[in-house]
Amino acid sequence: MGIDIRNVRKRFGTFEALRGVSFEVRAGELVALLGPSGCGKTTLLRIIAGLESADEGHVLFDGEDAANRRVGERRVGFVFQHYALFRHMTVFENVAFGLRVRPKAHRPSKKEIADKVTDLLKLVQLDYLGDRHPSQLSGGQRQRVALARALAVEPKVLLLDEPFGALDAKVRQELRRWLRRLHEEIHLTSVFVTHDQEEALELADRIVIMNEGRVEQDASPVEVFEHPASAFVMNFLGNVNIFHGRVEEGRALLGPLAVDYPQHATPEPKAAAGYARPHELDVARTESGNGLWAILETANLAGAIVKLELVDDERRLLQVEVARDQYDALNPRIGERLYVRPRKLRVFVAS
Amino acid sequence: MRRERDPRKGLTEPAPVRWLLTVIALGFLFLFLALPLAAVFSEALRLGWSGYVAAIGEPEALAALRLTLLAAAIAVPANLVFGVAAAWAIGKFNFRGKQLLITLIDLPFAVSPVISGLVFVLLFGRQGYFGPWLMAHDIRIVFAIPGIVLATIFVSFPFVAREIIPVMEATGSQEEEAARVLGAGGFQMFFRVTLPNIKWGLLYGVILCNARAMGEFGAVSVVSGHIRGLTNTLPLHVEILYNEYQFQAAFAVASLLAFLALITLVLKTIVEHRTRHALEPLHEDVR
Repeated sequence: MGIDIRNVRKRFGTFEALRGVSFEVRAGELVALLGPSGCGKTTLLRIIAGLESADEGHVLFDGEDAANRRVGERRVGFVFQHYALFRHMTVFENVAFGLRVRPKAHRPSKKEIADKVTDLLKLVQLDYLGDRHPSQLSGGQRQRVALARALAVEPKVLLLDEPFGALDAKVRQELRRWLRRLHEEIHLTSVFVTHDQEEALELADRIVIMNEGRVEQDASPVEVFEHPASAFVMNFLGNVNIFHGRVEEGRALLGPLAVDYPQHATPEPKAAAGYARPHELDVARTESGNGLWAILETANLAGAIVKLELVDDERRLLQVEVARDQYDALNPRIGERLYVRPRKLRVFVAS
Repeated sequence: MRRERDPRKGLTEPAPVRWLLTVIALGFLFLFLALPLAAVFSEALRLGWSGYVAAIGEPEALAALRLTLLAAAIAVPANLVFGVAAAWAIGKFNFRGKQLLITLIDLPFAVSPVISGLVFVLLFGRQGYFGPWLMAHDIRIVFAIPGIVLATIFVSFPFVAREIIPVMEATGSQEEEAARVLGAGGFQMFFRVTLPNIKWGLLYGVILCNARAMGEFGAVSVVSGHIRGLTNTLPLHVEILYNEYQFQAAFAVASLLAFLALITLVLKTIVEHRTRHALEPLHEDVR
């Protein structure tokens, strides 16, 4: 089922949580809603589920306004951030709940319910834990029970609120991969909320990046990473080196750096900044092209890539990431003066 | 040698202080709780078992017992419904006047029971606001059973609500939301999700509410009118007997109330234990 979100607004008292959000989720897609806390992503997810109502705008399920459907009739599966498992029920009863509360006419028989729950528990690899209570499970297991419970009602849309937020790094990795595989198997239209850009980049078909109640960018993971639509997106998706300056007459003058900026050809200057990711900077012993000299302060060799921190003459901190063999080939000393050159510089004019 | 020292030594009081505090606490308990309780039972049985049974089996005592049970049987369910509704509203929603509602729930604790009784006399008595209308329609509230029930409901209404508000606040509304998304209706959500989560707190509140409903003296005394065999509850009956120098009978009837208190305490201890267990996984969840 496709979801169409049209100009949704929501306000809590004086706080504007959503200021006109529009985007589309195509059937079978896995979409990430990514943004810092307080950007409105969870509110939006709850509006899609019907747990909140929009002040303005519409949520369409396959072209039909969802406002006409009550929360229980929307056929959505919702996985809550802290799972919200029914603590007094066993794992089995938790998963069976959605089937048991159906009106008599649509309720499957006891046997059908038992079969279905067993199948689902097998799907999430927890069939041996059916008679446990949620308090006896680990975080990762609870997460999977919550997922099985949401899938039991055969939802047409799966919504996940910070699905891996409360788990430790290793379990998170595993579950992420597992969820991706599951999605490829069942192709359920899914939307998940996260503040973790890595999670969004790794898992989603498409990322909707939100900030202060608005959509900043809506594109594929490669697209948002390679062509961020705004300084916010650039900043949010990872570490950046920022060079402040101005644009005028088709040029961006950013402290020691200068690049062409044809989008602003007029002579009156405008404040702007150039952004480069740590891996987009080269370090060398000789001056070449558009760069700046800086002193190497620290080099962190623990990891697949080497992380360098340099400070230039204006006490500007530069973060650089280079491959291990490149570093070994250069073999710099701490305190050595090196020439730093951005291979790529994205310029955003201040709004 | 140093290692064998009590590791808590630096953190706790010296032994004589600990002993002194313990003795004071236990002595106080003995003097003000155990001794009076023992006195009640020994006085009640002073004329032997047959005297005891006779005092309790007396028609006026039985009538008082019936009235007490009736008042509790109406007040407890009424406060159960009110308490759950109020706790639900307070625990799950934010609304204007929430703080006021919480304060109002505590009102019967803050107001002297005698005043509570007087309020009903003021409202429904002969000279009260609704007095003339009630007289005209031949409805008796004050100095009759309805007044006793009303006063009992009033003084015992905070107990259920106060016990389950913290439980409802602690569990939050996520489980209810999950139930709704899974297609549960309002009733299914309440009976399958909310009620099991609050049941021990609820039971605890009901026990306390019941104890208060049966034991209330002041408010009921004001609205009762002390009509023997008609508007006397057990506590009022005890007072009447005592004032008439029927000490043995007074203590015999009092022992019924004391029994009730003991049963309540035992139930309370059991339920308290269960409540703590029910809340344990919750604390783990919060992490």
